[in-house]
Amino acid sequence: MLKLASFMTRPAAKYLLIVLALVFPLIAKNEYQVYVMASAFIWAIAVYGLNIITGYCGQLNLAHGGFFALGAYTLGLLTADYGWSFWPAFVGALLMTAFIGFLVGVVSLRLKEHYFAIFTLCVGFIMYMLTDKWEELTHGPIGVRDIAAPHGFGIVDFTETTPFYYLVLAFLIFAIWFMGKLSRSLLGRTFMAIRNGDDLAQSLGINLMRNKTLAFVLSTTYAGMAGALYAGMVRFIGPEDGNILHTFDMITYLLVGGIGTLSGPLVGTVGIVWLTQSLQFLEEYRMILFGPLLVVLVIFFPRGIVGSFLGWLHRKTLDAGLPAAKKKESRIATGKEVENNA
Amino acid sequence: MLKIENLTKMFGGLAAVNDVSVEFEANRINAIIGPNGAGKSTFFNLVAGTHKPTSGRIILDGEDITPLRCDYIAQRGVGRTFQTTNLFEQASVLDNLIVGHRLRTKSGLWDVLINSKRLQWEEKACRDKAREVLDFVGLNHVENRLIADITQEERKRVAFALALATDPKIVLLDEPAAGVNPEETEGLADLMRKMVDHGLTVCLIEHKMDMIMGLADKIMVLDHGEKIAEGTPTEIRENPVVIEAYLGSDEDAAA
Amino acid sequence: MNLFFQNIVNGLTLGSIYGLVALGLTLVYGILHIPNFAHGALYMVGAFMSYFFMVDLGVHYWIAMLGSAAVVAVLAILCERLVFHPLRNSPPIHDKIAAIGILLFLEAVVQMFWGADFRRMTSPFTGIMRFDGLIIPEQRALIIVGAIVLVIALQLFLRKTMTGATIIAMAQSREGAFLVGIDANRVAMMTFAISGMLAAFAATLYAPINLVYPAMGHVVIMKAFVIIILGGMGSIPGAIVGGMIIGFAEAFGGFYISSSYKDIIAFGLLVVILSVRPQGLFAKGAH
Repeated sequence: MLKLASFMTRPAAKYLLIVLALVFPLIAKNEYQVYVMASAFIWAIAVYGLNIITGYCGQLNLAHGGFFALGAYTLGLLTADYGWSFWPAFVGALLMTAFIGFLVGVVSLRLKEHYFAIFTLCVGFIMYMLTDKWEELTHGPIGVRDIAAPHGFGIVDFTETTPFYYLVLAFLIFAIWFMGKLSRSLLGRTFMAIRNGDDLAQSLGINLMRNKTLAFVLSTTYAGMAGALYAGMVRFIGPEDGNILHTFDMITYLLVGGIGTLSGPLVGTVGIVWLTQSLQFLEEYRMILFGPLLVVLVIFFPRGIVGSFLGWLHRKTLDAGLPAAKKKESRIATGKEVENNA
Repeated sequence: MLKIENLTKMFGGLAAVNDVSVEFEANRINAIIGPNGAGKSTFFNLVAGTHKPTSGRIILDGEDITPLRCDYIAQRGVGRTFQTTNLFEQASVLDNLIVGHRLRTKSGLWDVLINSKRLQWEEKACRDKAREVLDFVGLNHVENRLIADITQEERKRVAFALALATDPKIVLLDEPAAGVNPEETEGLADLMRKMVDHGLTVCLIEHKMDMIMGLADKIMVLDHGEKIAEGTPTEIRENPVVIEAYLGSDEDAAA
Repeated sequence: MNLFFQNIVNGLTLGSIYGLVALGLTLVYGILHIPNFAHGALYMVGAFMSYFFMVDLGVHYWIAMLGSAAVVAVLAILCERLVFHPLRNSPPIHDKIAAIGILLFLEAVVQMFWGADFRRMTSPFTGIMRFDGLIIPEQRALIIVGAIVLVIALQLFLRKTMTGATIIAMAQSREGAFLVGIDANRVAMMTFAISGMLAAFAATLYAPINLVYPAMGHVVIMKAFVIIILGGMGSIPGAIVGGMIIGFAEAFGGFYISSSYKDIIAFGLLVVILSVRPQGLFAKGAH
């Protein structure tokens, strides 16, 4: 049992997962399943972004769905209305979400806890309202059609589901790879120190505003990346893509998987997206389940699946005290694989 | 080394700290005592830069640090602990300490992205520092325990270690021995002496009189935000104003 | 000139509703330090309960209002007991997430029973009062009067009764209240009940000139948050004044600037104010 468990923290498990993801389109029953997996991956990228600011840095950002929509709209409008091709527009979407994220961050991150959450809730709502009302720019409720997909090459055509799936997978792997590096770097540790408390972090000589702003901009850029990919995949977006409910969905994914952990966002997002898919009737009423689930999680399992698992494993390996386990334990201690939840 | 000139802090219309001047010498243990609400914690917050004084100056080694933000003050060499230190419960002791040396490093986002030599070197430096301070406070045997699993006294020592990892010149300890038993208190006192032996200046707030009287080189007494006395433990013990202040208030005299 | 007065009436109406919702929110925040994101869902449930009592059970408007207030009060107490009470010592991010969970749940349940459609709810007060060319629909007059009555009743309750006094004592100092032997659990439940009742009253008053639908709480709760930030979190007069400011800003802004953007005004105002004064408009000192 312990052996199996500790295997899951080894690099081999990572490669196994990548292989599984690579062959998934071959073993999937139909194209629709590939499509669902691709959209789960896209949401996972966004949830990784949320994890930076909310999981590692401890600031509940309720505008995350708004930044997702901002990325989607930037890509959508640049390609559909201004004739840009996908990749320049994609870069444009990243820059746009980073820039707006910076502006919002500079103002909002001076606010503490509740104020920050409420402020970002309002920012998210303003973004939603603008996509709905600013018709000259966003087409209002009609939404944006004819969004460009990336140019293909050879037989690869990104308007088809499977090639796009691989494209998304590549971005997801990049997103997780970078998050892994970040979370065990000094920078990631700095973010986590801020989560432990502003006063303590400052007494350690940490510049609060600079680090919080950096975390926030990173998180909005992740959201923008996910939004742009989403727009490229579905190629039709509307104001509802920026609905606050998407932010709440993402918080649920994050919490179920394990807030502040490296693999939590992936586990939570893919798990719940498939769960809701397999319980089709749940689609509309999923919140009847998600709502109480959120409550139960924060009361009884605030660390989510991955966080609880790692805590259990850490104690087990310490108790076992075996030389082999010793090595692993120091690896966890150095934060090599995973760690750190709220 | 730390010189306070006419320090005053008003909250609303009330003076939490009122015109306090004092000088703490290097390589000494300095204690601040006083009844509850005497302004001791506010005094610390002013020195560490968490609050800005209404008037007065704070001079560290000849440099006026009064206008600086607290992270800059920490970089100038003022380390501190809090009455309760919020550590990350689900990470190991060592993991909690590594960030303590962050202020002496420079790696940013770009270093993370390219995994620069500088980042690798600095991470090693921070890790070494964490081990070093853990060793200093006598806790290397719990290095890999989760914070959630260690004792109250060990937490106190981890908080010390975290402050020490910032390479301070002076450490401000806010009630370091609150909530630990007498033997453990003695252990913490020894640790403070050890800090001074290693060239640090210690400044602490404490209620435990026995400990203070046997430990401090110099004591400052605050009451209602004002300095009512300062001197060696013997001088303080015999000072009628201090006795008055302590008898006038209640439980602190007993503590 | 006439239009100007008309806008004043509209501002007062909106301000009254927002003020009532914000009052409940600020009470809970002041006493328990919980930003209750689910408060808007309580407001929405209040409207649906009144709708249910009136349309499905056929009772009178006033009875429906009382029934709805009772149901929502119980619901609010349940939220406190089952969710916020167990979380009282958790990190601050947890109660916010739990509140979001409650919000999602309540909306989904209402939507399951009544669907996502927009519904109309009528009240017996459909007439129009005219004063020298100034037109005031009866329902709007009722909202303004109702809000005044409720605010006075709340003040009397808080100032003149023992229970009210304990609530105020706890709002001023949690530890202090604990030391003098106030039953914190009872105060917490009471506060939630009052906040739920105010939300239900506000919803029932406002529903006849608005629409009833499951997402109706979203915008209202966000505006209520804007209001209590403006007025200082936890401040009762602040909630009323803030409610009026937002009400008037919307009535006049919607008329003179742009009606389709009127919902953004409040949020824009918040962004501007917090950018300049991070601690809110009337809050004294930093926290």
